[in-house]
Amino acid sequence: MSGLRGVLLLGISAVVLVVGIGAGATSIPPAEVWSGLLHGSAPSSAIVRELRLPRVLLAFMVGGSLGISGTALQALVRNPLADPYLLGISGGAGLGAVLVIASGGGGAWGVPLAAFAGALLALALVYRLSIVGERRLDPRVLLLAGVVVGAFSGALMSAIIVLSDVAQLRNAFLWLLGGFGGASWKTLDIFLAYAALPAGILLLSGRALDLLALGEEPAQYLGANIERTKRVVYLTTGLLTAAGVASCGIIGFVGLVVPHAARRLWGPLHRTLLPVVFVLSGCFLVLADTVARTVVRPVELPVGVVTALIGVPLFALLLRRSLA
Amino acid sequence: MILEARDLTVRYGGSSRPAVDGVTLSTDGGRLVAIVGPNGSGKTTLLRAMLGLLPLSSGSANVQGRPVAQWPRAELAKVIGVVPQTEERVFPLRVRESVMLGRYARLGALGRESTVDRQAVDEAMTRSDVLQFADRRVDTLSGGEWQRVRVARALAQEPAALVLDEPTASLDVRHEMEVFELIRHLVTGGLAGLIVTHHLNLAARYADRMIMLEEGRVAADGTPTEVLRQDVVARVFGWPVAVTTWCDGSPQVVPLRPGEAR
Repeated sequence: MSGLRGVLLLGISAVVLVVGIGAGATSIPPAEVWSGLLHGSAPSSAIVRELRLPRVLLAFMVGGSLGISGTALQALVRNPLADPYLLGISGGAGLGAVLVIASGGGGAWGVPLAAFAGALLALALVYRLSIVGERRLDPRVLLLAGVVVGAFSGALMSAIIVLSDVAQLRNAFLWLLGGFGGASWKTLDIFLAYAALPAGILLLSGRALDLLALGEEPAQYLGANIERTKRVVYLTTGLLTAAGVASCGIIGFVGLVVPHAARRLWGPLHRTLLPVVFVLSGCFLVLADTVARTVVRPVELPVGVVTALIGVPLFALLLRRSLA
Repeated sequence: MILEARDLTVRYGGSSRPAVDGVTLSTDGGRLVAIVGPNGSGKTTLLRAMLGLLPLSSGSANVQGRPVAQWPRAELAKVIGVVPQTEERVFPLRVRESVMLGRYARLGALGRESTVDRQAVDEAMTRSDVLQFADRRVDTLSGGEWQRVRVARALAQEPAALVLDEPTASLDVRHEMEVFELIRHLVTGGLAGLIVTHHLNLAARYADRMIMLEEGRVAADGTPTEVLRQDVVARVFGWPVAVTTWCDGSPQVVPLRPGEAR
């Protein structure tokens, strides 16, 4: 990555984070955000440090993780329309969460744990289904298996929601649409515990992804161990998505829109693309969350609704321009 | 021998007839060997087996005397540069970036590019004459330019052998001549060459040795004059032909229209 681009991205992130921290039920001007961050004694310090900062950081990390997951999966299946949620992981996570919510259990810890367990189960099932003949992972089967597992868990989820009582139903729905309302330093720590390693591995896999994007045969002739690369990509993106869903629900379109836009601006070379996508996806989700908690104050919109409302028109526009 | 197959047989699961049946061939530095034969005669399967992508049913495939299955892919990539039939261009890179992918197996820790890598890429692009469009996107290139970029990428691997699978498919006369000239030039410069092609006449003029496959078996093997015999070509391809001789001595095949005299 060139120095100029790095500085530009850092600048954008800093601005976005300050805006994200400042906005909300009580808005805080940028100068006070700074003093709140720097001095524990400043009046805004409690809100800034204990509520807004962990929330904004969590949104940034989840956004970045979803962004690089989308980028890597798109290289794996050689299709720019792949999305982390096509892996059936969101279905599995949703099913786990809804099951716990509907049975009246859960609480702050139960729901994310159940979601994570559901996601891992779906991950394992999809993986098993896509290993065909001679123990090779077939990316096309991977997508199909993901869609199938997602649809099946979606059906089970609907059945459970219909059968559960009204109050729990609303909770389950809200959770499924995603949001950072419950963010704290603790949720950030938990997310990072699951996501740091897979995100690091993915960020370092740029060269292998460039080869994989050429197709499996050319990649092997250039020296890639493609069976290992495919498995690493699937497992790391799966873990990142599962950790994301568990900590803030299902947030779509980040992994689809941002990689697409970044590729058009910076080209598809993964070694440079992955860090750029991480930062931009992080910013995108912080801004989406900021919009979610400010447009209809004091009500908070689910952030998944906002990413879709911004992401879909943006994506349609990009798609039309790239086809023109 | 850099590349060698001996009695190589490949059988796809569930098929009664082997896709490649007891083929023996080899190539070494300075020699261009052309594999020809009708569609489905096993040419690409033979290449893939020799390059370690398909398991052998029997026989052997060696690279520098060592069974290809024992080579780690990254080590093999330093010895053999391959231009396969197809590759994806859904995420189109710039020409220089695309050629740099040839350095994958030789890059330093964490995939760092060194001056040596950049020099190797420049040299490969110069040898394939693609330096003038180094910064263009590969999806804006003509078919001939694109094939030369792919040859440049294989050269950036700094291999001892170059293997090409139908590198001139769907190219016009000028571009196919440019590709064959480039390959011949590189082989004469010391590389071992192995090429699969449907161009019997160009293979006859550029290759040192030809192997003609028929349903997975060797139908003819030898110099172009030994392989392109009128009766053999007509039988293997299932179409009447005449064979004439061009002024450089190479046999040239002319397919006949029904009713034409031989």
